[in-house]
Amino acid sequence: AGGRSGRSLTPWPGQQEKLIQQELTSLKATVSAPTTTLRLMKECMVRLIYCEMLGYESSFGYIHAIKLAQQGNLLEKRVGYLAVSLFLHENHELLLLLVNTVVKDLQSTNLVEVCMALTVVSQIFPREMIPAVLPLIEDKLQHSKEIIRRKAVQALYKFYLIAPNQVQHIHDKFRKALCDRDAGVMAASLHIYLQMIKENSSGYKDLTGSFVTILKQVVGGKLPIDFNYHSVPAPWLQIQLLRILGLLGKDDPRTSELMYDVLDESLRRAEINHNITYAILFECVQTIYTIYPKSELLEKAAKCIGKFVLSPKINLKYLGLKALTYVIQQDPNLALQHQMTIIECLDHPDPIIKRETLELLYRITNGQNVIVIVQKMLDYLKESKEEYAIINLVGKIAELWFIQTMNAVFSVGGDVVHPDIPNNFLRLLAEGFDDRKEDDQLRMYAVQSYLALLEEEDALYPQKFLQVMSWVLGEYSSLVTDVDPEVILTKLHSLLKKTVITSETKMWIMAAVTKIASHASCSKIVDKLIQEFSNSLDTCMRQYAFELKHLCEDKALMRNLLPFDGSCNDMVVDASLSFLDGFVAEGLGRGAAPYKPHHQRQEEKLSQEKALNFEPYGLSFVSSVSSSGVTGRQSPTGLSFGSDTSGNSAETGHKETNTLKLEGVRRLWGKEGYLPKKENKVGKENEPQTVSCGSLLAGQMGDPPALRSDQVASLSEEDKEKQQLASTLFIGLGSNAGVSLMGKADTATQKFKRKSKINETQSSEEASDFQDTSLCSSDIVEDNLAFETPQSLKKSGPDDRLPDIRLSQSSLFADSNIEIFQPSRNAQSESASKTPLVPCLSEELEELTHSEVVELCQSDALALYLCKVWTDDSLLLIVFVSNKTTSALNAVNLVFEEAEHFQILESTTYQFPVIEAQNVERCQKRVWMDKICTQGILSGSVNYQSEMETRLEFSITLSLVDFIRPMEMTTEDFGKLWLSLSNDVKQNIKMSSSQDSLSATLSTLQQKLKLHIVDIIGNEGILACQLLPSVPCLLHCRTHSGMLALWFRSPCSALPDGLLYQCQKVMEES
Amino acid sequence: MIKFFLMVNKQGQTRLSRYYEHVEINKRTMLEAEIIKNCLSRSKDQCSFIEYKDFKLVYRQYAALFVVVGINETENEMAVYELIHNFVEVLDKYFSRVVSETLNLL
Repeated sequence: AGGRSGRSLTPWPGQQEKLIQQELTSLKATVSAPTTTLRLMKECMVRLIYCEMLGYESSFGYIHAIKLAQQGNLLEKRVGYLAVSLFLHENHELLLLLVNTVVKDLQSTNLVEVCMALTVVSQIFPREMIPAVLPLIEDKLQHSKEIIRRKAVQALYKFYLIAPNQVQHIHDKFRKALCDRDAGVMAASLHIYLQMIKENSSGYKDLTGSFVTILKQVVGGKLPIDFNYHSVPAPWLQIQLLRILGLLGKDDPRTSELMYDVLDESLRRAEINHNITYAILFECVQTIYTIYPKSELLEKAAKCIGKFVLSPKINLKYLGLKALTYVIQQDPNLALQHQMTIIECLDHPDPIIKRETLELLYRITNGQNVIVIVQKMLDYLKESKEEYAIINLVGKIAELWFIQTMNAVFSVGGDVVHPDIPNNFLRLLAEGFDDRKEDDQLRMYAVQSYLALLEEEDALYPQKFLQVMSWVLGEYSSLVTDVDPEVILTKLHSLLKKTVITSETKMWIMAAVTKIASHASCSKIVDKLIQEFSNSLDTCMRQYAFELKHLCEDKALMRNLLPFDGSCNDMVVDASLSFLDGFVAEGLGRGAAPYKPHHQRQEEKLSQEKALNFEPYGLSFVSSVSSSGVTGRQSPTGLSFGSDTSGNSAETGHKETNTLKLEGVRRLWGKEGYLPKKENKVGKENEPQTVSCGSLLAGQMGDPPALRSDQVASLSEEDKEKQQLASTLFIGLGSNAGVSLMGKADTATQKFKRKSKINETQSSEEASDFQDTSLCSSDIVEDNLAFETPQSLKKSGPDDRLPDIRLSQSSLFADSNIEIFQPSRNAQSESASKTPLVPCLSEELEELTHSEVVELCQSDALALYLCKVWTDDSLLLIVFVSNKTTSALNAVNLVFEEAEHFQILESTTYQFPVIEAQNVERCQKRVWMDKICTQGILSGSVNYQSEMETRLEFSITLSLVDFIRPMEMTTEDFGKLWLSLSNDVKQNIKMSSSQDSLSATLSTLQQKLKLHIVDIIGNEGILACQLLPSVPCLLHCRTHSGMLALWFRSPCSALPDGLLYQCQKVMEES
Repeated sequence: MIKFFLMVNKQGQTRLSRYYEHVEINKRTMLEAEIIKNCLSRSKDQCSFIEYKDFKLVYRQYAALFVVVGINETENEMAVYELIHNFVEVLDKYFSRVVSETLNLL
């Protein structure tokens, strides 16, 4: 109906406003007229809905919508309910008028009315009226019709969302819904469970088995076929279940154990190439990385992510980046694996992809790459125009830069940093900037980073840094909601017990504990702490413990005394101390010394040169404090207890200089990031145990990789830049300390090591055999330290191009069992008799491998034929143009169009000055693949002059295989090249019975794809090929239990994908 | 979570809207105008997901008509992308030829 009135209402946009206002006026009159029938009212409602959709408010009709729902017959009621659910919002006062109608309809004997009532309840219902309908809806859970049961569950889900405690008593019934024989009811109940498990996963662990069973059934296709979407069984249901499993298995090895099988199966089943299976795969990957890890699954999930990231489809790439961002915290090696792709994405023309990449980089920022990453973010900022993105990113930059830098300053500077520095830092943090939200984010980030630092059990930090940490934790830890205050308190408590902590730092820590305790309700740790330190020999600690004890007993006072984020509030102090007058008078009466006025006292203090001391706790404390140099600073709590508060303690902190003083520490940062030498020196000077900054920030740290000119010489200028960028971005990630220039080498080494171990477990004879010759041999692993590059291959050949192997004509397909089309003379003469003009190749070309001559297109005058010749340095397209007419054709032009994926060497046009009657002319073009695709079309046209200009169009389909050539190399060279390549793709393919042996399979690949078999050892084989002109791609195959594991590597990211596709095709065909 | 579901034509006229979270009517018009502007500025080889303010847009183009879904960060973009197609397929099933014609006309 909307469409119909839409067309009548909007003949053209300019008039819309006027027309709609007219319409609204007449509608207003109609709905309020007493004579209007319900049937007409229904029509009016539809029109009103449409007006509202266009942005014109029609509140005058709302009450009539409610009336229509109340009074109308079925169809009118339906429209009434629909209009209500669209017009009103949750808190609209008119909504209360609907309750009676809903109650009545819920009790109706007409199923349709019950359904409508349940539908509207699941969309919109006033929270305070839930009790009025709840029992009725609960009853419907037992209804015989599944649609009613399903809608009842949906209504209860709505209630759960708006008033969770009202439906708490029906949890058992939810379980029944979960086990309902109708899949629709079960699916509806999953919404409730997802929500409940999100809030409290521990309460539903016992249901894990049920969810796993359901998912198994869904994946196994046990649901009615109606649930299929493009032959994938209930994809959205699967996604929902995967999410629930993720929540349940998080940090829980036992529960996770139950779901490994079904996750594995889900991964396996989702191999169809369709968007929706990718959505499921994405969810699967996320779940696998959320639950307690299982290495086998992680490996598969990582492979999956690789497939996403390397996909040419932009949406998949986006998903891949998102998945990478998610998993990167658990497994930074994955970032290393895909570093080149990430770098490409960083310069992607689509800003969304760029932004997602920055998000990813944000997660892997450490002390060593922070400069480069922040630079990248700033670059993006300069281009970005969208306000929200800017706010978001600026916040992140501030977090990364500010906190990380300061962490480095503190941990390296240790206790020799000027005391102003921590004070200024804390003040900046406390005073914040203009934006409240951003400030909090910064503070939260600080809290999180400190918690992470304290996580390391035996790490030791400089005292000053610990003080900063405890102040921040005390002030702001309550901002971080997902960390239990008990956890923080435990950490602080364990710090307090360490002997290396000075008593000054202990004061700060105690102050933090006090502040945290004021937010938390009651805490065992605090009680324990009070007990422990009430008997402490340290007077100050004892004092603190007592204060804490008393404050804990009077929570209201405590909260009053320690307001959240109160460090910047000016304190109002009664400077005259009038409330003490009585006390003073009494004291004077007893002969005490008279009180010295405020100014006089201050003068004295100044003359003493000693700054204000706000710590009131007697001599022992003063001496300990002054010796450690905290004189005159703000007390750690930000306020002081005791008698001396009449001073202006809150102000002293503000008298510090406004700028950060960084002399002495600044040189720790160089252009390449953090300079590690200095840190060692400082570390030695202070305490030998002090944790170095590198490990503080990055976990692992190696010397910045030195660029070896000979390593990069073979790479193009651009690639070099990218590699360089990669080495700066991904430094500090990964499990090995040293990050090589190519980054990838480490992971590769690991994989190989792992592999050779497996081999060792096989029979020793075989193993030793393998070790000698295979690419996994241990020598190579060790050699890897020296890091050979593709260039090393050049030693064997005179040519300067990367894959130096010049393939001689005869060697090109030397393995002889390659399918070569040799048109037999017979066939030729036969076809020649039919059409006299069928062309043939010249003799020199005839010797090369070539395709059949096929017809491209024909017109009355012309016929075009094509023959592909696979020469060793390009694809040669031979186009024959035959003149079918009886007169000569002049100026025949052959023009190829620019193709995205292909590059025609030399020129794209060719002109035949003349083609004699009944004659064939040919031209040849050399083609390379420019951008990798599995298949692409090269189109072109021929035009010639006759009476009128005539044009004939044609297109040629070119496959990736046309541009693949074998690449000869030794096993050793293969090993070296393998290690230097960064893009890899792995995939398992089922082998059919006809390809039972590895060698048979490999020779198929050799024939069909022109791969060169480098070596076959046992159940493994290695092959090499190159994409013209000179991009190598290596393939490692292994057979096991009927599966063929393919593992490609290439310097080009898209090539392995493309080849994998071709391999799959070949395997399927054979 | 899905926040809203929109069908907007290339001229920027809303053809269908459904909000699952209350948004005031005048704000809806502004939001829809912004959204279609965003969608139109994207080329075919850019991805179908847009980060917009604090939520995400997933869009799909059918002839001159954009179907746009606003989601929050908990949603799986690709699943929503396919949900759109499912919706269009359902329309097609119920109204068969009408849909493709209407889509073109709109």
